[in-house]
Amino acid sequence: MLKIDGLSASYGKKTILTEISIDEIKPGELTAVIGPNGTGKSTFFKAISGLLKGTMGKMVLNGDDLGGLSSDVMARKICYLPQSVNTTAALTAFEVVLLGLKFQSGWRVKDEDAAQVEKIFAILDIDHLSDQYIGDLSGGQQQLVWIAQAIIRSPEMLLLDEPTSALDLQHQLAVMDLLKILTKKRNIVTMVALHDLNLAARYADKVLVIKDGKLRAFGVTQDIFRTDIINETYGVEVEVQTQASGTILVMPIRSKRQLRADLL
Amino acid sequence: MTDIVDNSGVEDGASKRYLRTARKRSIIVFVMMAIVAFSVLLDVSLGPGNFPLSDIIDVLWDENSHGVSLSVIVWDIRLPVALMALLIGAMLGAAGAEMQTILNNPLADPFTLGISSAASFGASLAIVAGFSLIPYAGTLLITTNAFGFALLASFILFATTRMRGVNIETMVLVGIALMFTFNALLALMQYYSSETELQKIVFWMMGSLMRVTWSKLAICAVILGISLPIFMWRNWQLTALRLGDEKARSMGINVSRLRIEMLILVSLLSAVSVAFVGVIGFIGLVGPHMARMMVGEDQRFFLPMSVFCGALILSVASIISKMITPGIIYPIGMITSLIGVPFFLSLVLKQRKRSW
Repeated sequence: MLKIDGLSASYGKKTILTEISIDEIKPGELTAVIGPNGTGKSTFFKAISGLLKGTMGKMVLNGDDLGGLSSDVMARKICYLPQSVNTTAALTAFEVVLLGLKFQSGWRVKDEDAAQVEKIFAILDIDHLSDQYIGDLSGGQQQLVWIAQAIIRSPEMLLLDEPTSALDLQHQLAVMDLLKILTKKRNIVTMVALHDLNLAARYADKVLVIKDGKLRAFGVTQDIFRTDIINETYGVEVEVQTQASGTILVMPIRSKRQLRADLL
Repeated sequence: MTDIVDNSGVEDGASKRYLRTARKRSIIVFVMMAIVAFSVLLDVSLGPGNFPLSDIIDVLWDENSHGVSLSVIVWDIRLPVALMALLIGAMLGAAGAEMQTILNNPLADPFTLGISSAASFGASLAIVAGFSLIPYAGTLLITTNAFGFALLASFILFATTRMRGVNIETMVLVGIALMFTFNALLALMQYYSSETELQKIVFWMMGSLMRVTWSKLAICAVILGISLPIFMWRNWQLTALRLGDEKARSMGINVSRLRIEMLILVSLLSAVSVAFVGVIGFIGLVGPHMARMMVGEDQRFFLPMSVFCGALILSVASIISKMITPGIIYPIGMITSLIGVPFFLSLVLKQRKRSW
């Protein structure tokens, strides 16, 4: 279970997050983090995973005060996958995922370690990518490899920053299905920052809305996906429909923001 | 999930393929080690006096087996030079590999970042002005001055890493600025030097293995013996560092501490080598590139391979420097680049798709 009390974060003198408090996010729940660009979603993830120096507030994960943990213990408990990872390293996809398993352990790679990596490749159906250098893969393929690396770390909490942004529709759904099952099966806390509201509405148990560095709303998906909340958060006009099957659909109508097309 | 790439040709599972590749890489590293050992032996056996290889091996085994003169030639002249080539090459290979890793830059090496320029300036200051950074250096004036200035350049780089908001690109730029500054100061020293002093500076800068002594060899062996296990102990972290700072941090790695630790060792390796043998560029840059092409960047293979590639380049250069004109030993720094560049270019052009 994750509890956050008065989380604030800043880069130097610039405050990005202000006083975010969440009573509880239960293990086994998938939480979507939504909000406009540059609003503090990535900073929120970095602050929770202890990657920011200017962080204040208390965060407790499964009874452990995260503020008192060393960086290597934090890394075993929390896995944060950044929005984009650019690397030119001469490392194969297999080696990248293997790093997720071995980065804090022994020198030797045992057969069991390799078998564990192979299993993750099989789960994500990317076995054919394993021998290729990570930099030679397409953006979407790389994203699948990073997801594989995050999963193999078996953390207590997964923080994924737009993990489906480079994926085609089929892979988006497949990855979200996998994350949903993984969260339940391993009973972990999973938070996923998403820009695709329909994807968030379809898969999230709970939704957390951040705007201008502040928590605007937090609750079960059905309560958050309301026309007024979405309109106010994004500065748009949308229509939120709940279908008979229970599926929530967000239909964009128009943006309230006019770009300067006259300058073209 | 469905395939996005055809994998019909794939027979074994990914783990088997990986383990097979890892075994292959281990073999490549061991073969390279054997080639280096052979090259060192060849280096000892070759020289102005033509002695059979069997005699050389006998003398290496038993110092007095073939008389005093051969014993002196092997133990006092040829073996120290051959071992110095091995150790300095290994030190520069390791230093270059870790410099490129921590700075995430394929062009980084102790020489492109101003450390050798600083050492050259230190040496020239000792030659022209008799100035010593370290007091009471005596006969080691040039060596200690070169070492002191190489360390000074490294400390400026450390200081940069401690400044808030400094990223690795800034560090590389500071290194380049250091290189230009010390090169300009070196030019100034050359301008003010007499003809004899200028000749001495130029000869020092060309790099030579002939200044070797057993005590220098021991110092190199100790520094290498300390730094290599630390590099290997940090192998996973160094490999993860190549995925970028943010990714490495998210794996619990204290990136700035790791970078500073590595920078200290790299500086020590390069400062000692440049102080003892002068400027031998190219190895720290190319050794790791050759290693990367052959075994990738998993540090468990990459580091030893860089060490052996560096050692091999310098050892072969040492052999060739003796072979071009019998009786004359050409400056090693010059030979290293001349024989290494064509070989390196052929490797790069063969693997045009990926070299960094």
